[in-house]
Amino acid sequence: MTVRKNQATLTADEKRRFVAAVLELKRSGRYDEFVTTHNAFIVGDTDNGERTGHRSPSFLPWHRRFLLEFERALQSMDASVALPYWDWSADRTTRSSLWAPNFMGGTGRSLDGRVMDGPFAASTGNWPVTVRVDGRTYLRRALGVAVRELPTRAEVESVLAMATYDMAPWNSGSDGFRNHLEGWRGVNLHNRVHVWVGGQMATGVSPNDPVFWLHHAYIDKLWTEWQRRHPDAGYLPAAGTPHVVDLNETMKPWNDTTPAALLDHTPHYTFDTDSD
Amino acid sequence: MPELSRRSALGAAAALAAAAGTQALAAPPADAAAHAHEAPGRSPAPAAPAAPATPASFDEVYKGRRIQGRPAGGHHQHHGGGYAVFIDGVELHVMRNADGSWISVVSHYDPVPSPRAAARAAVDELQGARLLPFPAN
Repeated sequence: MTVRKNQATLTADEKRRFVAAVLELKRSGRYDEFVTTHNAFIVGDTDNGERTGHRSPSFLPWHRRFLLEFERALQSMDASVALPYWDWSADRTTRSSLWAPNFMGGTGRSLDGRVMDGPFAASTGNWPVTVRVDGRTYLRRALGVAVRELPTRAEVESVLAMATYDMAPWNSGSDGFRNHLEGWRGVNLHNRVHVWVGGQMATGVSPNDPVFWLHHAYIDKLWTEWQRRHPDAGYLPAAGTPHVVDLNETMKPWNDTTPAALLDHTPHYTFDTDSD
Repeated sequence: MPELSRRSALGAAAALAAAAGTQALAAPPADAAAHAHEAPGRSPAPAAPAAPATPASFDEVYKGRRIQGRPAGGHHQHHGGGYAVFIDGVELHVMRNADGSWISVVSHYDPVPSPRAAARAAVDELQGARLLPFPAN
């Protein structure tokens, strides 16, 4: 059974195996297919048109399925690997072990944002950025530059307290839990973390940075925490909403699963905190 | 698929070339009007929502690079609600949010008030790198 752990608690061997599986997926060409899919949805999802992966209620189940696909791909390389999550409200500085050379590597140099250490540094030859929006082929970051602070636990709590999953108009203008977690309104959780990391993480091709998966694994965990706090609240909208994925409608690009089928994460994985 | 719109947009951009300059750096007032026009919480209109006014065209040199923006018609590729932005002649994918703010594909999680601000943010982000045409990337 897959157990998703806080990245801060991983052993050196767990980090080594995770990194090796990611690099193997990159070598095989399968990694870049995930980047391509994400960018296609991020430029295609619009507030007044069809929207599935972002700025819509299905932001959470879409990324849950997207991460499941990625995790299964990693496990085809090494069956022991699970996606770790990054609780950025706790591990909130550039000195976190997350950014050490044996895991994600650190921030980019000031000259051009290039990441200079760790397994994903361009100098290793193992991490060419091929799905890109500009000419630069090296992984970039600027930790804490475009926005100084990651969200605090108090800010996370304020969003988890929101009792309604999502609201009309079901987009970046919505009130409710989903849009506050996504970050288009209010204290801004998910979006702000992308901006804080900088580099490719701030762009439509954000999965070029492997920290994308650790960020979204924690967003996914916050959805689970919200469900526990609001057991009587559920995914919305229920039915009949133009351009928006209703509870029992299938989601692109898979077309074989619905938000309803993804509400419970436990058939697929558990979190290290699930028994708390 | 985007070739038609890009061709026509580049044609119009060429027509604007004579007006290139570095003045007029203030955000166009149309943005403020657009922001106020579409309040959050409205029901989505399936056909043609009362969209905020399309921002005015712009054309300037910012940090040594030519940035241009213009209304682009209703082509599907222009999710900004019919507005196209170019950096040194290469189209930058931009999008307008429900509250009237803007993002681009190189700054997709960080809304700014206008398409000109999105173009400038893209120039900042690019640090001199060339933009690749979408959706070729």
